[in-house]
Amino acid sequence: MAKLKIEDLEKITEEFKRKMTLREGAGRVKITVHLGTCGIAAGARKIMNSFMEEIEKSKATDIIMTTSGCAGLCSREPMATVEVIGNAPIKYVDLTIDKVKIIFDKHVMKGAFVQEYALSVGSEKIQ
Amino acid sequence: MKPYTIQLMICAGTGCVSNQSFEIKEVLEKEIKKHNLQNEAMVVTTGCNGFCGAGPIMVVQPDGIFYQYLKVTDIPYLVEEHLVKGRPVKKFMYVPPKEEIPIPRMNKIPFFSGQTLVALRNRGMIDPEFIEDYIARGGYRALAKVLTTMSPDEVLKEIKKSGLRGRGGGGFPTGVKWETCKKIPGDRKFVICNADEGDPGAFMDRSIIEGDPHSVIEGMIIGAYAIENVREGYIYVRMEYPLAIKRFNIAVQQAKDNGLLGDNIFDTNFCFDIKVRRGAGAFVCGESTALMASIMGNPGEPRAKYIHTVEKGLYDCPTCLNNVETWANIPQIVLKGADWFTGIGTGDVTHDPWGGSKGTKVFSLAGKVNNTGLVEVPMGITLREIVFNVGGGIRDGKRFKAVQTGGPSGGFIPESLVDLPVDYDELTKVGSMMGSGGMVVLDENNCMVDMAKFFLRFTQDESCGKCVPCREGTKRMYDILYRITKGEGKEEDLDLLEELSNMIVESSLCALGGSAPNPVLTSLKYFREEYLTHVRDKKCPAKVCRELLTFSIDPEKCLENGHGCGVCEKNCPDGAIYGEKKNVHFIDSMKCGKCGVCFDVCKFGAITVE
Repeated sequence: MAKLKIEDLEKITEEFKRKMTLREGAGRVKITVHLGTCGIAAGARKIMNSFMEEIEKSKATDIIMTTSGCAGLCSREPMATVEVIGNAPIKYVDLTIDKVKIIFDKHVMKGAFVQEYALSVGSEKIQ
Repeated sequence: MKPYTIQLMICAGTGCVSNQSFEIKEVLEKEIKKHNLQNEAMVVTTGCNGFCGAGPIMVVQPDGIFYQYLKVTDIPYLVEEHLVKGRPVKKFMYVPPKEEIPIPRMNKIPFFSGQTLVALRNRGMIDPEFIEDYIARGGYRALAKVLTTMSPDEVLKEIKKSGLRGRGGGGFPTGVKWETCKKIPGDRKFVICNADEGDPGAFMDRSIIEGDPHSVIEGMIIGAYAIENVREGYIYVRMEYPLAIKRFNIAVQQAKDNGLLGDNIFDTNFCFDIKVRRGAGAFVCGESTALMASIMGNPGEPRAKYIHTVEKGLYDCPTCLNNVETWANIPQIVLKGADWFTGIGTGDVTHDPWGGSKGTKVFSLAGKVNNTGLVEVPMGITLREIVFNVGGGIRDGKRFKAVQTGGPSGGFIPESLVDLPVDYDELTKVGSMMGSGGMVVLDENNCMVDMAKFFLRFTQDESCGKCVPCREGTKRMYDILYRITKGEGKEEDLDLLEELSNMIVESSLCALGGSAPNPVLTSLKYFREEYLTHVRDKKCPAKVCRELLTFSIDPEKCLENGHGCGVCEKNCPDGAIYGEKKNVHFIDSMKCGKCGVCFDVCKFGAITVE
C-alpha cells in the first residue's frame, strides 16, 4: 500500500463523508422516503432511487437519505419529507420522478421549498 | 461509496461479543439480503458503546434508534418491522427503571446524554478495524498538524498547558513526565502504552482499544515526536484481552501499511515504530518498573524507584510510560488546543500542574446501579450525578450505601459524601483515589468488612512477594479480616489493622503495597460501627457474613402459610431441621451450617435471618 500523504487524509475523509454523515445523523438536509406497503405499491422505491441518483449526480455529501414507514396518508403516496436542518420539515405528496428532480434542485440544493407539491409544513407531534 | 440509507451499528466490544453480537451480525446480513435491501442497509461492527449490561446493543442510524438485549432469534422480526416497514420496534428499546414508555433515541437516554466524550469520542461511530473510518472522523489530523506546523517543544508546551494528568491512576501530570524524559540526555528513548489493566471490574482501557485503537497509536506517535530521540514504542496489553490484542495488531499493521508508522512519516524525517507485547496476566505488571522488566523478558517484579523510569527505564534508556486513556486524549488536545481542554474540569493548572483535574475521565460503573457500563464524564462531576443520573439509581429500590473507587487500591466513599466532586485531589482527600477508574456502587446488602476482605484477598494474592511488608503484611491483614467475618474478631483487631495498614503503606516497595490497605483504612474510617458490630455483637448488619447469622423459623408463617410443608427439612444438608409434617419446624442452631438453603427453598418466607 502506498504511503499516505497529508493530502490523502482529506481525500479519504471526502470519500467516506457520506457514510459518516449518515452515521452521525448530522447532515445539512434529511430526505425521508415513506416506504410503507402503500408507498412501495405506489412506486416509492423508484422515488427513492431517483433521489439517490440526484444525490450521486450532485456529489453532495451532506445529505442524509433515509426511509421510514407509512405516513398515514396512503392515498397521496408516494410521499417524501425533506428537512433542511434548522427549518420545518416539508411533506411532499403524489411524487413522480420529474417532481423529484425539481424538489431536489430547488429545495434540497437551494433551500426554497416547492409549494405546489407540498402537503404541509411541519410534522406531527410525537408523544 | 454507495449511498446507503440506513446503517446498523452493532456493538462488537467484548461484552456484546460474548452475547453473540457476531452471530447477530450474520443473521442481520442474511435477512437484509432476503429482503433485497443490501444496497440500502449497511451493517457496521463498532467498538464498545459502554452500556454493557444491556448488550448486545445495536444503534440504527441516521435516527439513532437504540436497541438492547438483542437475540439472534429477534433479528428476522426486527429487520422486517424496522427496515422493511419502517416501524422501530418498541419491545427492544430502553425503558428507564420504574417507567413504562421506552426511549427510542440513544442520545435521549440519560446514561448517554449525561456523558462528555473525549477519549471515547469515536465509540459506536467507527469500525475499529478500518483505518479509513478513523481518518474520516478526523483521525491522524493531529499528527499531520504537529509534524508540519509545530516543533517538538511547542507540542510539549501545549500538553503541559492542558493540565492533562495520567489516567492510569497516579494522576501525574503528563506534560511534566514528558518534559523530564525529554531533558534526560540519551539518543535512544522509548514510549510505552500501559494496557495491562488489572483492576477487577475495570475495563476502560479495553474498551478504548477495542473501539478506537488508532487514537492510542496516534497519541503515542505525537508523544514520541514531542519527547524526541524516540524511535521505538511498545504497547503492553494483558493476555486476557484477546480482542484488544487483535485490534491493536490490526491497527498497528494498517498504520505501517499507510506509512503512519515507520520511516519518514508524512515525508518528514521523523521515524517511529510500535511493537505490541502481551503480558501474562500478573496484576503487578501494571506497575511501571515491573512492566518494563516483563517487556525485557525478565520476571515481572518492581524495583525500588530511587531512579525513575523516565531516566532509566526500558533497557536502561529514558522511558515515558502512559496509560491507554492518557494517550487517547493527546490527539484531541493537539487538535482542539489546551484551552479547550482546560475548559473542562476543576481547579487551575496555569501555574501548578497539580492545581486541578482537567478534561474527562472514563469510569467503569459496576455494582448495584441500574445502568452498569462504561461512562465518560467531565472531571468535577459529583458522585450523585454519576450514580443517580448516569447510573440510573440503585437497583431494586435499595438504599445507597457507598461507592468504591480506584479498584483494589482505592477506598470506600460513604453516602454522606455523595455530593463530592470527582477529581484526583478530592478523592485522595477522603482516603480513596481515582485509580484507573473502577467505580463499584454498594447498597445496604453489602457488608463493608466483607468487601474490604474481598479486595485484600485480591491484593495479597497478586503481591509479587519481593518486599516483606506487602507479602506478609497483606496476608496478616487478610487473616484478621477473615477472623472478624467468622465471628472470632476482637476489639483490638481494629487498632491492629490500622497499625498494619500504616506500616505497609509506609514501607512497601511499590504502589501495590502502598495502596493495598486503602479499602481497609477507609472502611474503618467511615464504617467503624459496622466493624464493631461484627466483633462485639458477633452480628453482620448487612447479613452477608454467614458465620455470624442465626437462622430460625417463624412458627406462625411456617404453620399458617406453609402448613409445615417440610421442604426445608428435606433440603437441609446438615440435618439441622426437625418437625412433624403439618406441624411447625425448628432449626437446631448447634447443627446449623448456615448455608442458607432453607431460606432459598422456603416459599412462605418463614425463615428469618438475623
